[in-house]
Amino acid sequence: MKMPTLKGVATEAKLLLIGIPVLLWTLIPVYHMFLFSISPKESAFAGKLWPDHPTLHNFEVVFGQKHYYLSHFWLQLWNSLLIAVTVGALTLLVATCAAFAISRLKVKGGRTIMNLALFTYFIPAAFLAVPMYKTMGNYGLLNNQWALILAMVTIAAPYSIWVLKQASDKLPYELDEAARMDGATPLQLFRLVYLPLMMPSLVAIGTYALLLAWNEYLYAFLLLSNDRQITLSVALGNFLAADDSPWELLMTVGLIYALPPAAIYYAFKRYMVGGLTAGAVKS
Amino acid sequence: MSTLAIPRVEPALPAGPAKRRLSPWQTWGLILIAPYVLVFLVFVVYPVGYGLWLARHPASYVRLVDDPIFARSVVNTLVFLIVGINLKMLVALLLSGFFVTARTWIKWLSLVFILPWAVPSIPTILSIRFMLNPEWGIINHLIFRFTGADGPNWLNEPSVALAMAILVHIWKSLPFWTLILIAGRLAIPAEMYEAASVDGASGWQKFKFITWPSMQTLYLTSTILSMIWTLGDFNSVYLLTGGGPADLTHVLATLGIRYLRLDQVDLSMASIVCALPLVLPLVYFMMKRLSK
Repeated sequence: MKMPTLKGVATEAKLLLIGIPVLLWTLIPVYHMFLFSISPKESAFAGKLWPDHPTLHNFEVVFGQKHYYLSHFWLQLWNSLLIAVTVGALTLLVATCAAFAISRLKVKGGRTIMNLALFTYFIPAAFLAVPMYKTMGNYGLLNNQWALILAMVTIAAPYSIWVLKQASDKLPYELDEAARMDGATPLQLFRLVYLPLMMPSLVAIGTYALLLAWNEYLYAFLLLSNDRQITLSVALGNFLAADDSPWELLMTVGLIYALPPAAIYYAFKRYMVGGLTAGAVKS
Repeated sequence: MSTLAIPRVEPALPAGPAKRRLSPWQTWGLILIAPYVLVFLVFVVYPVGYGLWLARHPASYVRLVDDPIFARSVVNTLVFLIVGINLKMLVALLLSGFFVTARTWIKWLSLVFILPWAVPSIPTILSIRFMLNPEWGIINHLIFRFTGADGPNWLNEPSVALAMAILVHIWKSLPFWTLILIAGRLAIPAEMYEAASVDGASGWQKFKFITWPSMQTLYLTSTILSMIWTLGDFNSVYLLTGGGPADLTHVLATLGIRYLRLDQVDLSMASIVCALPLVLPLVYFMMKRLSK
């Protein structure tokens, strides 16, 4: 083995000096959530870094819906799932069709629509929330889960169209010409050539829209209020209504709520980072 | 750019009879784009128009400007953007240099590092909120254990509470921007650094003459985009401080919702209209960059 040089040791030490704070900074809030979920209330509130008696009691209470704040836990989890999947599917449908029309069929006015969509994407969602809330009221959709679904599709679609158009522009145009020569209709081109080639981007965009909807708080809490209709994110926020909130249960629900998106994110990381982050700033 | 791959022929020209006004390709194009156009009209154009109509009375603006909370929110928003975002981007720039170092443990660390971005913001912000609880929070427990003194009342002092909201925002979005800047760094050819090493360049010189010139456009675009998104960051402030104490930590994103909850929709819309001079130049810049 080679003897480490003094300079080598100093470099490693410097790297660790950055790495350890980064690790702690990243993990502490998440660890704190995990710690609460396995701690009895007294232990969590006593500021212990590890409970004397770790317990799964909190999960039992949550899964058994044995608390006032949790009486609709399973229903709210189902709502979150249903809304996220619907938003993912609808966004994919709307955005894929639009990107195909703009990029491959070169529909007239497609460029303008692309720019309008991009403009929408850059308007902060919190600013659109108030007019959206009033509009949903006018449409009679308040307290209806379709209001949230449609609002989230509106927010997710512009970026989706943009990413799909960028990916679609990269496909060689000769493919379309060959398909036309063979007498393919636009729909056949769409189904047999376009969709299979776009699969990686479609996966990325479907996941993006699904996670956006699952994670959404502001729109969900504005548009839904009935306990049986709200998503888990709103239910989490509602815990704060009382002064003596059961924080250990709140953190347990939070952990359950955070696990699926984190798992999806890590599973699709390659698509997410490649398809999304690169598209976000490079031009 | 990617458009290079596309030959400059007029693709929509029909192969069939030239007299028909719409080829089947154009017809299908219109049919396929219609769903998004419909969504855009019903859920973007109408709400924005209706919102502007609600904010049409000059009296709303007079009342808004008279509200001291509005002025405070504008200041808070500017602090959030100018201090918060620049701090975040600077740290992201430095960390991107750390993460491109070739070490196995740094590879693993980078996987852990994106956790804040991968998990939803609500539970983690609430987790941080309890950590900062003056009586039961873990931070003040630790301060007491090590110093014997009571820790500060983190969320009850407006400027400290705002600083905490900024830190929460940074905690959440730092991984994303670091990833972007890592991608930027990895795009720089390694030969440039090797050549510089041969010529005896120091680390700082390599950064100044190679890294920064290749990354500055990306860095600027990222900063602008981050500012736009941060203007709409409702969760970091609302879930941590709720705008309190005494409505002194509101930003424009939470202020609109506050007025809405107080049933003052015209003020709510007016505050958003007032934010437009801040938003539109940034959006214009991004549109110029991206809509090529």
